[in-house]
Amino acid sequence: MSVFVNKHSKVIFQGFTGEHATFHARDAISIGTQVVGGVTPGKGGTTHLGLPVFDTVAEAVAATGADVSAVFVPPPFSADALMEAIDAGIKVAVTIADGIPIHDMVQVQRYRVGKDAIIIGPNTPGIITPGECKVGIMPSHIYRRGNIGIVSRSGTLNYEATEQMTALGLGITTSVGIGGDPVNGTDFVTVLRAFEADPETEVVVMIGEIGGPQEVAAARWAKDHMTKPLIGFVAGVAAPAGRRMGHAGAIIASEADTASAKMDAMEALGHYVARNPAHIGQTVLEAMRKQGIAIR
Amino acid sequence: MSSSKSNKSNRSRGKPASTLPLRGHSAVNIHEYQAKELLQSFGVPVPSGSVAYNSTQASQVAEELGGNRWVVKAQVHAGGRGKAGGVKVVSSLDEVKKAADAMLGSRLITHQTGPEGSLIQRVLIEQASTIRDELYLGFIIDRASQRITLIASSEGGMEIEEVAKTHPEKIITEIVDPAIGLRDFQCRKVATAIGLKGKLMPQAVRVMKAIYRCMRDNDALQAEINPLAIVGGDDDLRLMVLDAKFNFDDNALYRQKTITEMRDLQEEDPKEVEASGHGLNYIALDGNIGCIVNGAGLAMASLDAITLHGGKPANFLDVGGGASPEKVTNACRIVLEDPNVQCILVNIFAGINRCDWIAKGLIQACDSLKIKVPLIVRLAGTNVEEGRKILKESGLTFITAENLDSAAEKAVAIVKG
Repeated sequence: MSVFVNKHSKVIFQGFTGEHATFHARDAISIGTQVVGGVTPGKGGTTHLGLPVFDTVAEAVAATGADVSAVFVPPPFSADALMEAIDAGIKVAVTIADGIPIHDMVQVQRYRVGKDAIIIGPNTPGIITPGECKVGIMPSHIYRRGNIGIVSRSGTLNYEATEQMTALGLGITTSVGIGGDPVNGTDFVTVLRAFEADPETEVVVMIGEIGGPQEVAAARWAKDHMTKPLIGFVAGVAAPAGRRMGHAGAIIASEADTASAKMDAMEALGHYVARNPAHIGQTVLEAMRKQGIAIR
Repeated sequence: MSSSKSNKSNRSRGKPASTLPLRGHSAVNIHEYQAKELLQSFGVPVPSGSVAYNSTQASQVAEELGGNRWVVKAQVHAGGRGKAGGVKVVSSLDEVKKAADAMLGSRLITHQTGPEGSLIQRVLIEQASTIRDELYLGFIIDRASQRITLIASSEGGMEIEEVAKTHPEKIITEIVDPAIGLRDFQCRKVATAIGLKGKLMPQAVRVMKAIYRCMRDNDALQAEINPLAIVGGDDDLRLMVLDAKFNFDDNALYRQKTITEMRDLQEEDPKEVEASGHGLNYIALDGNIGCIVNGAGLAMASLDAITLHGGKPANFLDVGGGASPEKVTNACRIVLEDPNVQCILVNIFAGINRCDWIAKGLIQACDSLKIKVPLIVRLAGTNVEEGRKILKESGLTFITAENLDSAAEKAVAIVKG
């Protein structure tokens, strides 16, 4: 098992014929992802990588039964592409774009209310279930299958933590990058809930950053709702003070949102915390040993 | 209440220019007079006034405005101007000239500028208002609701986070549904909660809705009106915006020509401006280990790792995705402009990036910049083998590291000798 995507997922690429989409579609196919086609408006009826290209997501879904979309569309057009995906019945849409205007994401989040779809991102490496399905831009070769669920805001820090775990012989069920933007499709709690419900996931790693109340809110939720151990890390202990979103933003976020304060809060809630970004893998290993969870 | 209170009220302002190593949305700031022009174009009442670039112009503006009391306000992006002497109330044209003279060309040092201060190159001359009361209005994009949220308080003219701390009950919030917009009833609810009634009620509704539209239509991340003043006589009560602070989403500048033109690059850190021109996110710090990393999260973690090994990073630099050899060369050049840099830690975990591109960029940088300081290079991820091979075959001396920990350790060892 896994969360959100697996070997049965039928994946299309929006912006299929672009350079990055092409590179990562090839990589996705190489690890076993069922890529069933793509969408590039104006290029419908052609083929790319031997797969059909459609003008609209609706046509792609009708012809291929796709339920997952990798949105490789430039930031100014990303919001529209996401809404198109949801409208066409896509269940998981992953938008990797970095630079989507925040007001566009406010609109997207409003649009999806009441609709049965998950948006991962923006500004994310995406989601991968090793050996089954990759929807994103991560280097798939560093991921190894196992029993750990990993969720992060940062993409490259997710790779960092993964590499450390892989080097120690630890593997993952699914890795989810929720993205670094202030308004994003999926929050930590949504992913933690999915990992808690997934029988194969036995331990969960959550990697956050300075700013915002999300990590502490998730840690609190985990204390009340999760039976599986949670290991946290928050980047930015050494980040310069005062360099963050203006004052009014801090009012609503009543939580102290420095990296240290967040890690203190996680620890106080009874979770494992890696205080050093180079020791995330080690901390996970120790937590698993302590909990008697098999290393696999 | 006299207008002197308003002069102390320019305090609750965000840090200017670059906001944070949060990915994506960094804030673009504009001057107070520009914010007021913008608001005025949406029908929001602001004091009569105009910007001046020299003291003769300043007294001319005051003369044209008429009246017998004016406010001279230094136009810098930093907050805390009132306390720092950047706001003067005067009552003769001669005093306008003198105040403008004293400000223009001097450096205003506020708690947000750092010790070097901000050079004052423009002043705003306004008719002074007789203030009866001061309120606070702010619009932000709230992370929890993921919607534009109106924040209001009866306690204007002071730092809003101070109010939030001491009188949280005096902070009123109202979330706006983006599909429906800010409704009149929501404005009336907020207005009542901050003590506005009678003739001021319909004005409050108009002002709140106009600021909301102004924020939304211009892709602002934040709009802060502090104070929103009640001015005028008993039978002529009016609301007026005495100070306004806006931050805009730089990711949306491509569709916001007006805001792009308002941007005053002299107010921003020149190196940060240059870096962002190359698609790099650079923030200067005070250590001696230069850093070039991809991704804000890993960049922050790299600073953390250096610090944990007892070193001090010289900068935060995120090369972002799709780092071409040119981008890497520019990154090296910008980092090396800091004379404190004794070595550079390059930490790349490539996803959408390619290690081979990074390696080529580093070789190109060594070649064109004649880099003298040691480079500690950690490559991982997409095309890592090709990247390592390119470095090895270049014949240049790179100190390579297998992982984050050893990279940080080696960098710290170098600066510690």
